[in-house]
Amino acid sequence: MSDPTVRAAERLEPLVVETSEGAQGLQRREATPAGELSREVGSVLRVDGHAFDPSSIDYERRDDETMIINMGPSHPSTHGVLRIMLELDGEFVLRAKPVIGYLHTGMEKTGEELSYVQGATNVTRMDYLSPVTNELSYSLAVESLLGIEVPERATWIRMMMSELNRISSHLVWMATNGMDLGSTSMMIYGFRERELILAFFEKTAGLRLNLNYVRPGGVAADLPDGWEDDVTVICDTIDERTYEYDQLLTGQPIFRERMVGVAPITAEEALALSVTGPLLRSTGVPWDLRRTMPYLAYDQVDFDVIVGTYGDNFDRYAIRLNEMRESIRIIRQCIEMMPRGDYRSQDPKVTPPPRARIGESMEALIHHFKLFTEGFHVPQGEVYSAIESPRGEIGCYLVSDGGPKPYRIHVRAPSFVNLQAVPLLMRGGSMSDAITVISTVDPIMGEVDR
Amino acid sequence: MIELPANAPAGVITADVLKSDIGCFPTREQYFGLVSALKADGFELCADVCGVDYLEYAERSLPEGVLPTRFEVVVNLLSMSRRQRVRIRVQAGTESPAVDSLFTLYPGSEAMEREAFDMFGIIFNGHPDLTRILMPEDWEGHPLRKDYGAGRVPVQFKEAPGPR
Amino acid sequence: MALEDLQHNFLTGRIEDLVRWARRASVWPATFGLACCAIEMMAAGGADFDLARYGMEVFRNSPRQADLMIVAGRVSQKMAPVLRQVYDQMMEPKWVISMGVCASTGGLFNNYAIVQGVDQIVPVDVYAPGCPPSPETLMHAILTLHEQIRTGEILKRRSSGEPTHLDHQESPWTPEVPVAVRLGTPK
Repeated sequence: MSDPTVRAAERLEPLVVETSEGAQGLQRREATPAGELSREVGSVLRVDGHAFDPSSIDYERRDDETMIINMGPSHPSTHGVLRIMLELDGEFVLRAKPVIGYLHTGMEKTGEELSYVQGATNVTRMDYLSPVTNELSYSLAVESLLGIEVPERATWIRMMMSELNRISSHLVWMATNGMDLGSTSMMIYGFRERELILAFFEKTAGLRLNLNYVRPGGVAADLPDGWEDDVTVICDTIDERTYEYDQLLTGQPIFRERMVGVAPITAEEALALSVTGPLLRSTGVPWDLRRTMPYLAYDQVDFDVIVGTYGDNFDRYAIRLNEMRESIRIIRQCIEMMPRGDYRSQDPKVTPPPRARIGESMEALIHHFKLFTEGFHVPQGEVYSAIESPRGEIGCYLVSDGGPKPYRIHVRAPSFVNLQAVPLLMRGGSMSDAITVISTVDPIMGEVDR
Repeated sequence: MIELPANAPAGVITADVLKSDIGCFPTREQYFGLVSALKADGFELCADVCGVDYLEYAERSLPEGVLPTRFEVVVNLLSMSRRQRVRIRVQAGTESPAVDSLFTLYPGSEAMEREAFDMFGIIFNGHPDLTRILMPEDWEGHPLRKDYGAGRVPVQFKEAPGPR
Repeated sequence: MALEDLQHNFLTGRIEDLVRWARRASVWPATFGLACCAIEMMAAGGADFDLARYGMEVFRNSPRQADLMIVAGRVSQKMAPVLRQVYDQMMEPKWVISMGVCASTGGLFNNYAIVQGVDQIVPVDVYAPGCPPSPETLMHAILTLHEQIRTGEILKRRSSGEPTHLDHQESPWTPEVPVAVRLGTPK
């Protein structure tokens, strides 16, 4: 029945296989509603809640050309420790199931044991490519429970840092995506430009990754002297280099062959799967929390929301490339409009006294000691604060029982949710396209497993 | 305060839980009906599903008429057309927590419900594949429950003199 | 051809030193990125830090072609058996660098999910501190490992539990990094 030269997804007749439990088949993709499709592709490798047992494959099937292989968790192109079980028909993927949890760190449990002051240290290690957005969503949640206002300068610093972070995150994406497709030069270039931004982070916050820079009440430190020049150099360099990437990749035949039209997703499917970020925008849905539900001062700057049309790999690439340019636009406006003033709230409840006063005032010393041993108390309540990370909506759901530690901290991780689209995107594509799918969905495993 | 859609189950308690967030407090029976009415009303995206264990914080403030139980399932829905969020807090039960699965409405809730099952042991009726997602298959217990220890290992300093 | 015809343009030395010298300069790491540290490991291989200076840029995807495992990141209870399997698949001689505090001690995450130190699973030669270690720290760890390889025994005996790479009796190892290659230098 099956002609191996025809891709499984293009066969006209449904792929029906006689099994010991009667005929079982896969409908064609157009004939399957999005919900049913995801049920089919997402959970097929498990039966009745038990892990799939390879010895139970029925080898006697007449038409059995399928093969189940395991990819990961230690695989060079799974971006960490993602494991995917693939059912292949020849070289084409019929079904895929991501198996996650290989980096489960118990951060939500640890977060319940750390005070609100320490909490930013914990959440920043979730999405290690965009630590600022993690801290930001956490800090916004704590601040809205506390009901404190953040000074304007802190708001703009946060905005500038998160945009710098968005660029560095997309640069790593460009680099690893290039490497997955065999373009080693892109790998070198991406990491080269990223070092510019990381050097600025190191100068500002003291660390290259995992900054712990945005904290409840403001930011940890003011921008260093001469930051305007540093950031201008970063903007100029990267703005120029994005056009180099354009030349290197966009028109390149091999790159286009592997990206254009590969692994499309429709807006309906994306919404049904709760997908956000560049993956959702590639289907043409103009949903960017920076624009649609503005936080910080994003309603005062001028930028475009980039959307795609076809929802394929190439759109996702083009969106990320152009988002870097938009981020540069935002950063340039931040440099111009950066207000003067405090970089953190002067509310003595959350902010320690300045270093100079600790030496001369006993109260200041006690206050400082209390703040860093016990922490501040947060009023009872619960809050969900969502912002736009480079990968989509990152939300922080915080429950406070009035004590100095969060009662429950839950992070809605965009990669975790976006990963559900992987089986759908892989379906019917070839094995080599599966690599590009993992790459363009851009899951960060630290955030997936938390 | 939003008006609940007309076809929502009668008697759902709503309240402003914080400035911008609107909370609905359905019972377990009303839960699925409420979510499907909200979905028909334009809440396209199920942003988040998570569980909370209120073992040590039972005296939390809830609107009148809501019977607090130990476990709660918190669902955040997002309406893109109206740019609005709604938060649904279901009291899921104390001994054997269970609610209906939202899978048929929002297939994207599949992984999030599995996570809530894995971490809290909340059963989602009708979920296609309710298995552990983050922990190993043979793991015992549900780590984020409050009566599950953090598993802290005392820090050893091997070179330190004297018995410890 | 007699030895006189060579006109003295050769060096003599112990075969052991030659093997150590060759091994030191051709360590191939396995790609075993786990978490944040993996990004720094990739950054170390990138243009700015250029790990290729030490002959280390060839990250092998197959553990069978690699002889150094850089455990870059936190190891969860679910990942631990996988890590051990990858380690077992590597050919002897093999070395392990534990990169970052999470891999070394569990770090910030002292909880149910994380193995409190990867040395409970595999023998570790060098620990790199930091969260995450900067590429310079990783490079220092790698150079330290090179020095250990150069001064260590050819046949490692891991089962005894002794730190076999230290030549205690004859010449105590001193961490002089970087080092010049001393081929055939008598001890």
